Amino acid sequence: MNEVGPAELSIEALSGSPRRVRRERIISRAMFCAASASVVVSALIIYALFAEAWIFMRDVDWSATWGQLGWFPRRGIYDMPTLLVASLWTTAIAMVVAAPLGMGAAIYLSEYAKPSHRALFKPILEILAGIPSVVLGFFALLWLAPNVVAHIGGEGGRGSMLAAGIGVGILTIPLVASISEDAMAAVPKSLREASAGLGARRAVTTVRVVLPAAVSGLVASLIVAVSRALGETMVVFMAGGAADAAIKTYSPYEGSLTMPAAMASLASGTDQVVGEGLTFQSLFFVGLVLFMLTLGLNLIGDRFVARVREQY
Amino acid sequence: MALTTIGTAARQGTTAFTRQRRDFAGGLFKAVILLSLIVSLAVLAVLIVDTVADGWAQLSTRAWDFLNGSLRSRSIDDKLGVKQGLYGSLWIGIIVAVTAFPVGVGAAVYLEEYAPKSRWSAIIELVIRNLAGVPSVVYGLLGLFLFVERSTIFGFLGLGWLADATGGRSVLSAGLTLAVLVLPIVIITAQEAVRAVPTGLKEGAYGLGATKSEMVRTQILPYAAPGILTGTLLAMSRAIGEAAPLILVGAISGGLTRNPAVWDTSGLREKFTALPIIIVEWVSERGRDPGFATAAAAAIVVLLVLVLLMNMTAILLRNRFEKKRG
Repeated sequence: MNEVGPAELSIEALSGSPRRVRRERIISRAMFCAASASVVVSALIIYALFAEAWIFMRDVDWSATWGQLGWFPRRGIYDMPTLLVASLWTTAIAMVVAAPLGMGAAIYLSEYAKPSHRALFKPILEILAGIPSVVLGFFALLWLAPNVVAHIGGEGGRGSMLAAGIGVGILTIPLVASISEDAMAAVPKSLREASAGLGARRAVTTVRVVLPAAVSGLVASLIVAVSRALGETMVVFMAGGAADAAIKTYSPYEGSLTMPAAMASLASGTDQVVGEGLTFQSLFFVGLVLFMLTLGLNLIGDRFVARVREQY
Repeated sequence: MALTTIGTAARQGTTAFTRQRRDFAGGLFKAVILLSLIVSLAVLAVLIVDTVADGWAQLSTRAWDFLNGSLRSRSIDDKLGVKQGLYGSLWIGIIVAVTAFPVGVGAAVYLEEYAPKSRWSAIIELVIRNLAGVPSVVYGLLGLFLFVERSTIFGFLGLGWLADATGGRSVLSAGLTLAVLVLPIVIITAQEAVRAVPTGLKEGAYGLGATKSEMVRTQILPYAAPGILTGTLLAMSRAIGEAAPLILVGAISGGLTRNPAVWDTSGLREKFTALPIIIVEWVSERGRDPGFATAAAAAIVVLLVLVLLMNMTAILLRNRFEKKRG
């Protein structure tokens, strides 16, 4: 038999032109660097938070951070419970608003809506998701306060944790809705068909079959929403009813500062973060606490979302 | 014998099957969830209508002057307007697009096409997901630390030059901070778009002798372009609407004397403001001068037009391509 084909085929010929190989290597390195950028960013965030917060934790008189009258950072009084109570209130109020509305909307879109309705409503919800938080802050202060808060026992003329909480809740509705809807969409059609085959009505199928099957996703949507509400700044800053400082209060009808709102108010107004020696560092200390809380919640939420994916 | 029994039972059964009982509980359930959807949408409607109504006094009489005016101390000033804010917001959008877009797309292509199934890749994925959930104020702190303050600790890391390059509290710092903030969004949406590229296209390119980067350039990027563009548009609109990081990076709300033309790049390293910051400022000024509430509402309408136009373009673009490719 005659041998067919180029006789002088060598390893050099197969590996292609060296210029092409070099270009490939450069491009793949560049893309690796781009991907690693996010890790660098996280490292920098953690470094920045810890580096400045450490100075605060080392130098602060710890009795000034607990059991004081309120949050007066420019006078060296950093009462953390004031901020934590306010954060708890606004987040709780936000969830009371966002959980039923967001999940209800998600159930309707996923289980009841005709395709044409879905195609209409879904983009509108996405538009709601794109509304900047300053707009919600304005709305909470100038519309929700006089038209809603004033009718449920609050004062309409000024901001309060209640007004801010409702505003934050509206902001998180689309988030709850989209994660819950994804979770319900992941439930296999066969489960619904089996339920219908056994004679269950649509409402029964939804409540007894679809919702239990999607429960980890629903829990995840709530956890992620809590984390988002904890970190929401502008709505509370504008409609929370407190400016530079806050007196400690347990009533949601009063004004107060949440952790992110306290950070924004410290940095705003003046050209520089001014005040007592540690005021600048207190910004990073509050940031660190907030970062840890939201990171923990997000990690837990992630676990729940992953569980939905594993199941189906 | 047995068959007849079954037959009778079936005949009796049919009435039970066909009789229409009204399903009150089911109907109520449907009504409740439909109501929750309607309330959510009604809030959006009230918000838009109320804001436009509030800002109408400014918009109907002097819309053009309002767009061209600057920050003033009194709300009835003829020269009151949002141009300085537009300047800041537009440049923030541009800086975000030119920095977050290439890095984000590069990262997405790397993670989907190049990355070995290693621990490092898994760490990158986890980090990106969690970065997307970090509150925006915290990014503000990062920007303050990285681009604005010349802190001694950071000089130690050899990054002190960053604050010199950006000019401290400037549009450049703000844009870069927000680029870092939206990077995870760009990466995640671009990843989804890249993942959707059919394997056949990739294998076809390889079969014709393309290298990996040639395959990415000729097949993946063109096919994924609409998805990537959608993600970038959403990221830009998020950046333009964001206020909290800007406050921390040091956007100022008063005493801004310069009012540069939109294409005047010399303003990039100077003190700045942005639309959301102007809104916050005017809302807080309304106690002193109630006319500022109207001005704030008008500024919100300007911001909403920008943000919603971008969002709607992105959503329409995505839906159109989803439909085409079925």
